[in-house]
Amino acid sequence: MSVLSLLPARRPVPGVFVALAITLAIGWLVVLVDGGQLFNQSTTVSLLHVAAGLGFVAVGQTLVILGGSLDLSVAYVISLSTLVAAETMNGSDGALLPAIGLALAVSAGVGLLNGLLVTKFRINAFIATLGVGLLLKGYLDSNYDGPAGVTSPGLVQSLGYQRVGPVPLSFLLLLAVTGAAWFVLSRTRFGHHLVAVGGDPEVARLSGVRNDRVLVAAHVLCSLCAGLAGVYLASRLGSGAPRVGTEGLYDLESIAAVVIGGTLLAGGRGGVVGTVGGVLLLASIDAIFNQLEVDAFFKQVIRGVIIIAAVAVYARRTLRKAAS
Amino acid sequence: MQLVQRRPLPPRRVRLRPGGVLPILAILVVLLVLVGIRQPSFLDPPSLMSFLGRSAPIILLAAGQYFVIVSGEFDLSVGSLVTAQVVVAARLIDSDPARTWPVVLLLLAFGALVGLVNGLITTRLRVPSFITTLGMFLILVGAVYLWSDGAPKGGLSEEFRRFGRRAVEDVPLLGRVPYALLVLLAVAVLAVVLMRSDFGRTLVAVGDNPRTAQLSGVRVWRTRTVAFILSGLAAAVAAILLGGYSGVSFQAGAGLEFGAITAVVLGGVALGGGRGSVVGAMLGALTLELLFALMNFYGVSGALRSTVQGAIILLAVAVSATRSSSR
Repeated sequence: MSVLSLLPARRPVPGVFVALAITLAIGWLVVLVDGGQLFNQSTTVSLLHVAAGLGFVAVGQTLVILGGSLDLSVAYVISLSTLVAAETMNGSDGALLPAIGLALAVSAGVGLLNGLLVTKFRINAFIATLGVGLLLKGYLDSNYDGPAGVTSPGLVQSLGYQRVGPVPLSFLLLLAVTGAAWFVLSRTRFGHHLVAVGGDPEVARLSGVRNDRVLVAAHVLCSLCAGLAGVYLASRLGSGAPRVGTEGLYDLESIAAVVIGGTLLAGGRGGVVGTVGGVLLLASIDAIFNQLEVDAFFKQVIRGVIIIAAVAVYARRTLRKAAS
Repeated sequence: MQLVQRRPLPPRRVRLRPGGVLPILAILVVLLVLVGIRQPSFLDPPSLMSFLGRSAPIILLAAGQYFVIVSGEFDLSVGSLVTAQVVVAARLIDSDPARTWPVVLLLLAFGALVGLVNGLITTRLRVPSFITTLGMFLILVGAVYLWSDGAPKGGLSEEFRRFGRRAVEDVPLLGRVPYALLVLLAVAVLAVVLMRSDFGRTLVAVGDNPRTAQLSGVRVWRTRTVAFILSGLAAAVAAILLGGYSGVSFQAGAGLEFGAITAVVLGGVALGGGRGSVVGAMLGALTLELLFALMNFYGVSGALRSTVQGAIILLAVAVSATRSSSR
């Protein structure tokens, strides 16, 4: 074994940013040929808004995936959070903070349930979170037919539409959340434990890590992030929306962003910075298609192909690494 | 040749082995009794026969899902596949009876093709099956909307709809026996025969322990791909019945994948593969439908179906997890 093979532990800039640059360059050219402009104020702003919504979810998803788990309930948590926030606010600025607090608390509760099902009942994460997702879906389906509640104007003006130059406030918040997650993962004991549990649960356990606690905490954080995405979406939409999470495909897209960002789906390796790259990549593709006025249904087909292809590319890469 | 050496189980465990059909039969009987108390007329042969006919599509899907799950994978694309098949059938037949049989064959081929693609992507490109099949879900739904410009076109011929809505009349004792039930019985027999063949044993072995299966000379990727193809075929047959019964819409198959997975789990099949029987999975689907019928009799909102499915999945898996850990 050479010294070189020990190096990848400190990884340079994830390849996703190269892919992002290439995508943006090609997209810029194609849109230019088509007679449009990819990087004007309004497209950049809407790209960053899309990235912010998906970004919150994907950063949370990164945490659970790093720990060797998974969360398929995020889409329903997002919808639930928009409703809890908007209905509690009911259009008044006075109820702003309690509403956000309640939305996040409900989300954290769902995360706690996910975490306990995965750890204490030892249910496969895919099934546990799918089951919890279905529970929430039934609740949403039977209680809501359409938008409900009114987001407080203060939140709409700040988190929803406020921006610094071309950068929306929500994207800055995403950067802050990403920074915090990066700090937690690389500088705190919890972060190291989480990566250890994802890498090899048995070794982590034997080294004195309390696997269950770490995983439950990761699930709570993941759902909190999804709840935050819900609050953000409520601020954009002006009300609570019972289907916004599933229609936005936040479950599948967040997992795709994590994998594209270089985090192993099996856990134990990766990070949030790459995930934000993956989110920006997906948002850019979306923006390019919008500029080219691609049919919405065709876009969905392409999204499916891209997600499968991206995961396939990364799966091949890890295979080759494992073989060498 | 025995492919997989099973761990010897302690004798007292043998009778209540997980994956047997006894628990699900017991639940089914209890539900039947409850239905009988609430709505005695439901158990009359004619209404029972039409209930079985109505339940045929989900039972078929459960059988298809069983093959994939027992081999250790998931197929989340079946709901969208059913929708796609129904919409495609309507547009291709365009109310012309002469096109019925060619289109039926085409649907079967289409189902097999989607299964083949799912299987190859999952096994050869090593994409986790839930991502493959969720991606396929997006592709199928998007493609179908794109192809029909947002609204279903054409119509099904009466010959095509016959499978889903007509019945053999004047059968002694039973009254009318729906064609759907006959199709279901034929597929059920095929499925049981298949699971008793070498292929069936190989499939279970692959789900139980892919590594061991591979070392015993099984081509794991090929076996799993065949499982996906079977699931696609089952979806095609289910779509033919469902299209005939309830007509053409973009909602034809919505949510059926969750129903099928719930049914399979309820039937005692271990998620992750290697344990459970196809009969259990189909009985699970029947039980689930009966439960929904019961909910209906008690005036419970149909919107709560998802919640019930979620609760069943969690309960069933938690029970089997605690059981297997106490071994």
